[in-house]
Amino acid sequence: MRLVVDLTKCEGYAQCAFLAPDVFTIQGDEALTYDPHPDEAQHRRVLRAAAACPVQAIQLERSEGPEPQPEAFGQSGTAAFLEDGRNAFSASGRIVIVGASLTGLRAAERLREEGFAGSLTLIGEETHEPYDRPPLSKQVLTGSARSADTSLPRRRALQAAWHLGTAASGLDVAAKQVHLADGRRIGYDKLLIATGARARAWPSAAESALSGVLTLRTRDDAAALRRLLDRRPRRVLVIGAGFIGCEVASVCRELGVAVTVTEAGPAPLGAALGGVIGAIAGDLHRENGVDLRCGVRIESLEGDAAGRLCRARLSDGTSLEVDVAVAALGAVRNVEWLEGSGLASGPWGVACDAGCRAFDANGIVTDDVFVAGDVARAPQPMFGYQFLAVEHWGNAVSQAEVAAHNMLSPGTECWPHLALPKFWSVQFGTEIKSVGVPSVADQVAIVQGSVSGRRFLAVYGYKGRIVGAVAFNQNKWLEFYEPLIEQAAPFPPSLHHVDEASDANPVPAGFRHRGSPTQDATVVVTGHYPNERRARLAPPRFP
Amino acid sequence: MTEPSAWERILNPSNRANPYPLYAELRKTPVTRAADGSYLVSTYAEIASLLHDPRVSSDIGRSPAAAAAGDGEGGPGMSPTFLTKDPPEHDKLRRITTRHFGPPVTPGRVAGMEARMTEIVTELIDAMAGRSRIDVVDDLAYPLPVTVISELLGVAPGDEKRFRVWVDLALQSTDPGMDPESQQQKRAEAGAQLRSFMEELVEKHRQAPGSDLLSALATDDGPEGRLPDEQLVSTGLLLLIAGHETTVNLISNGVLTLLRYPDQLQSLRNDPELVIPMVEELLRYEPPVHFVPLRTALDDIDIAGTTIPAGSPITLVLAAANRDPARFTDPDSFIPRRPNNQHLGFGGGIHLCFGAPLARLEAQIALTEFAGRVANPRLVSDPPPYRPSPFLRGPSHLPTDIDGITGFLFS
Repeated sequence: MRLVVDLTKCEGYAQCAFLAPDVFTIQGDEALTYDPHPDEAQHRRVLRAAAACPVQAIQLERSEGPEPQPEAFGQSGTAAFLEDGRNAFSASGRIVIVGASLTGLRAAERLREEGFAGSLTLIGEETHEPYDRPPLSKQVLTGSARSADTSLPRRRALQAAWHLGTAASGLDVAAKQVHLADGRRIGYDKLLIATGARARAWPSAAESALSGVLTLRTRDDAAALRRLLDRRPRRVLVIGAGFIGCEVASVCRELGVAVTVTEAGPAPLGAALGGVIGAIAGDLHRENGVDLRCGVRIESLEGDAAGRLCRARLSDGTSLEVDVAVAALGAVRNVEWLEGSGLASGPWGVACDAGCRAFDANGIVTDDVFVAGDVARAPQPMFGYQFLAVEHWGNAVSQAEVAAHNMLSPGTECWPHLALPKFWSVQFGTEIKSVGVPSVADQVAIVQGSVSGRRFLAVYGYKGRIVGAVAFNQNKWLEFYEPLIEQAAPFPPSLHHVDEASDANPVPAGFRHRGSPTQDATVVVTGHYPNERRARLAPPRFP
Repeated sequence: MTEPSAWERILNPSNRANPYPLYAELRKTPVTRAADGSYLVSTYAEIASLLHDPRVSSDIGRSPAAAAAGDGEGGPGMSPTFLTKDPPEHDKLRRITTRHFGPPVTPGRVAGMEARMTEIVTELIDAMAGRSRIDVVDDLAYPLPVTVISELLGVAPGDEKRFRVWVDLALQSTDPGMDPESQQQKRAEAGAQLRSFMEELVEKHRQAPGSDLLSALATDDGPEGRLPDEQLVSTGLLLLIAGHETTVNLISNGVLTLLRYPDQLQSLRNDPELVIPMVEELLRYEPPVHFVPLRTALDDIDIAGTTIPAGSPITLVLAAANRDPARFTDPDSFIPRRPNNQHLGFGGGIHLCFGAPLARLEAQIALTEFAGRVANPRLVSDPPPYRPSPFLRGPSHLPTDIDGITGFLFS
């Protein structure tokens, strides 16, 4: 049977690990990992675990019983809309989803849940059916789950046409057609773009080609890295201390493999959590035997005569004998196929409104092209209407559901996507979980618990309001901070509560200012009169 | 004399059989101030939020209500357990205790008890053979959890008769309807007896450790050390008492509900896996613990249009939240396959019921076997007589007529 745990919801109550201990595992205080494809013999125990979850985060493959109904919210509006018979589209329209990962699958499920009875097509570049990525940098690398077993559970029958292993190569908005790499064209009435992102490749093609140099994003990447780790490498080099890099380092230590992490910035997780909290993450690395080097870049990767990676030269003047190098340099959004489509797409993703409706290059919202997941860049009213692309699991799900709903709804029934961003990571048995958008913060205050005990909660502020929070092994309290973020509560918070930290004074959060990628958009505007004025995106001159 | 409030009527034993209409009345004002100055919270969203609110303390030492009663949990001189402590002490005590009970250190313990639980239930049901009337409380719902927790802790089988009297006394003392003076007296009496019982037991296990939980707690030093002796005694008692009293109610409320919904009883017979979501629905529909008292506001808390002032006692009425129509569709119906059943039967947040996995497994096995083996069970009286406690609510007896027992596995 297949399962997935919504770890955005998980608060680490461990009820699943009590009831199905061969499937669910707690590391440290509250970090959950699991076997996404347990043996049938575990069936009853898994059912028990799923039923017992206090936050109902365990999702199982739907094998029997009635189809799940959508959450009650907003249902009446859609129902009335359908009953009116105004929506011939819902009965016989054509929806094409480009991107067959978490976002694409969840959008498809939601479309059917909301009564879409027309034709549904999913297009995916990879040959695999939709699979879950978070396990790839955790239990798949440790060997406790197989990469092939990460397929996402199907929560309902989709009755969809699947084109897997075929990339979309172009979009003709006027003709309403998606072009496939094999020359086929797929017509649509409404389109959802959910092409996500890919790992940023190591910049030197020659060095990338060395055996032992790889990135980690796909199921195949994870299988390859797992094979390398299985051969007990002398040392693994992780380039970049973002979440993927840190998780790979954590797995290496768990397996007893020597690992060096280089990070160009001053601390791990600096982009997501800032320098202050990042430094604490850095301490975690060092305590667990990671050779962490911040402010250090890789000058070159060198191979032996057989083309196998053997050495890395670092900007600190040292060189390391390594067998494996994982380039964990972040993600690049998959937008190339949209070039020339007239949509507002570029390195920033595809710009859209808060209802997931894509903008064209003029900045005008389209009616029939929607965007969701990692590739979407949407305004966040809670954070000054900044356009943000949120590359988190929970965002993929919530945005997919909003996009699907809006694809079936008239403008007045559309939902804005206002879910608070949340992410989690498991490193060295520590559950790190965040809500809000810490990266916009100017200050941070550690309010609950103790840093030295590695159990604490920090709140982020921007200009006197709370914008985010992060918990290290304290994630049961995080729920409390969500409404404070949503309601722009004052920062620093002056609350009396349990387990007050010894020094809750705010300090600069230590984010390095980085402009939004949309600032680099090169747009050419032509025409004189208002009815003639048009924008088009020029190809970037400095890719 | 003024009309008694909904809360006063809930506490009144005459309403024990069906407090739910009174909870509905209570929910009309999500946060109300009771006559004794404590704040009662009865709606789902508000309770769920307060369970995760660090401004709400569970520390008995910070509770004005406990101070007024002149003692802490369990009785005077009893050392507070994690139940009535805040972080970081709570977290540490709970971690040390969990070390021998569940993940991450002992993940297989509870799941590994399934076979033994089934054996106990089988024996209990076998013993009903040849009778035309059983008492579900005395014959199943009480002996199962008391045997399970005794074996887990390492309490000798014969000792149950000793501690049962004192436990009953201690529970009577928690009845909010009782006058404080006799409450305190009963508590003191029961507390002293239970304490010396547990002290003796701990010492015995320290001398000759077994594979039980108490031996492990008494002898094993984890990375965070061992519980101090007085903590060991109070924690042992907490696990012993909370480990069965609540589960008795879960099982007897469960059987009672099945007897009231014969079609569901039949569905369970046909599909034993139905018991898994069914027990969750029972935890919502007829929870064994109706409210969580003795929480304290550490700061002014604005909630549902009310400010709970710092220092106020707070009672979370879980059973009312579980029937909140704003959260649950058709809340007064028993729907075993209810989707998205995020009930508050075990509370939530850091104090979520310690023994929840044990209770679930016991109830699932007991109800499945009862449905499968007891022929044509009929309630003798509806409603049955109830135990006096409004917060640990369940029948005192559940006389049931039966036509026999089927499927002897071990005969």
